[in-house]
Amino acid sequence: MDPEDLRRKVAIVGVAESDIGRVPDKSKFQLSAEASKAALDEAGLTKDDVDGVFTTIITDGGQFSSMLMAEYMGIRPRYTDSTSIGGSSFVAYVEHAAMAIATGLCEVALICHGSTNISDRGGRAGPVSVSDAIFGPTQFEEPYGISTVGSYALAAQRHMHEYGTTSEQLAEIAVATRKWASLNPRAMKRDIITIDDVLNSRMIASPLHLLDCCLVTDAGGAVVLASMERARDLKKSPVAVLGTGEAHTHRMISQMPDLTETAAKVSGKLAFERAGVAHSDIDVAEIYDSFTITVLLTLESLGFCKTGEGGAFVSNQRTAPGGDFPMNTQGGALSYTHPGMFGIFTVIEAVRQLRGECGQRQVADAEIALANGTGGVLSSTGTIILGRD
Amino acid sequence: MTIRPLPQPYQDTATYWAAAKEHRFVIQKCSDCGEYQFYPRGVCSHCLSSVLEWKTASGMGTVYSFTVNHRAPHPGFIGMTPFVTAIVALAEGPRMMTNIVDCDPETVAINMPVEVTFDDVTGDVTLPMFRPVA
Repeated sequence: MDPEDLRRKVAIVGVAESDIGRVPDKSKFQLSAEASKAALDEAGLTKDDVDGVFTTIITDGGQFSSMLMAEYMGIRPRYTDSTSIGGSSFVAYVEHAAMAIATGLCEVALICHGSTNISDRGGRAGPVSVSDAIFGPTQFEEPYGISTVGSYALAAQRHMHEYGTTSEQLAEIAVATRKWASLNPRAMKRDIITIDDVLNSRMIASPLHLLDCCLVTDAGGAVVLASMERARDLKKSPVAVLGTGEAHTHRMISQMPDLTETAAKVSGKLAFERAGVAHSDIDVAEIYDSFTITVLLTLESLGFCKTGEGGAFVSNQRTAPGGDFPMNTQGGALSYTHPGMFGIFTVIEAVRQLRGECGQRQVADAEIALANGTGGVLSSTGTIILGRD
Repeated sequence: MTIRPLPQPYQDTATYWAAAKEHRFVIQKCSDCGEYQFYPRGVCSHCLSSVLEWKTASGMGTVYSFTVNHRAPHPGFIGMTPFVTAIVALAEGPRMMTNIVDCDPETVAINMPVEVTFDDVTGDVTLPMFRPVA
């Protein structure tokens, strides 16, 4: 079997969010389980149909994630996957699930995620205390005050140096994404912002301002997959998995081979080849936007523009509603929600766009969508291309 | 007072941190393929040889990229902002995370030549850092 043979063999049959935003009265496990129930309901399936479970939880109490979540929901799977490569894990799981279903290793795959990232911090974003004695290779980074935003800032600074990319160009992404969020009743931040608002927001780690950074929220999400054959008997119109790819290049930002190029260079190429589609075929793109720079680097690495041309590509609100490159249509991690790992929400929105369920923010006649997750510190990527049945 | 996170030396890294405490900056060179590497490992990341030598590095490098932290990334850095976290390309080749110190953060630039200096953060731990070459 070649990877191309997976094309249109497997479908996404259910997607759902849990309560999102600030949800202090629910655990991350409950959020994950409630999203799972809603996604299964949508498909007309029950948890007893699930025989493959895919999840990872990065914070306390999350060890043995797939066992923990399956036990929590009373599921005893025969296929299990706790791959933990950051926020891209949930996009990579689509590849893993498609392979497992296509080969008969499982029939109904449940990908789920829950996080109380904001409630765990007492309701506000800010410095997180890590253990004071650092064991393992990160002892060569953390003592120097590197943070997640600091890591992405290093990439942004380097990109600016090599290609002349500007803070205004990065701000274009935040502004466009907020416009999409204003069309999504579930988005956390819906007030329109300007490029000046971004540039005048507090500097966190230069050159990244507060409004270059994603939200910190609570949220859960779930995605259910089955064979295309079975999907056609379920409640929702199936969304076909056309092609997938995954890759990682490093764990720590100081070890990134090139600060201006992500693993999407590999995962994206694989996904396009396996899907048998061209960049011009993509009607809507859902690109993990942990930071504005994440989007810019990803667009280049995926090949939507040449390396160094990302700033020009996103200029003039090209990715906003009405622009010719609709992107992050639910409002992204920058304005909709971001519970520490956002990957699953890129998949959920891509599916909804292809089903034509997005109301005011619907991209007209969307037939092919791309979702890309980035995990760690620009470390890992998962790329999927989906299409209407 | 909360202090910054500090390394807990282990098998791969004890030699490095012991040298730093004596204000010596050492990196590993593979005896089989001849490549330098950073951070210290039990094997060479280029050829997986276990035969590695510790070499006293030149201590010279250039700034590959940097960020000025305006918000403390950890409670141990409160009161230190703004400060510079940078990736330095060592003269020997590998890159490492560090702080750029002994200068105005706003004067740091990519490709700036820097040299190693040592910060005795506690009685037990010394962190190699870099400063602009005078």
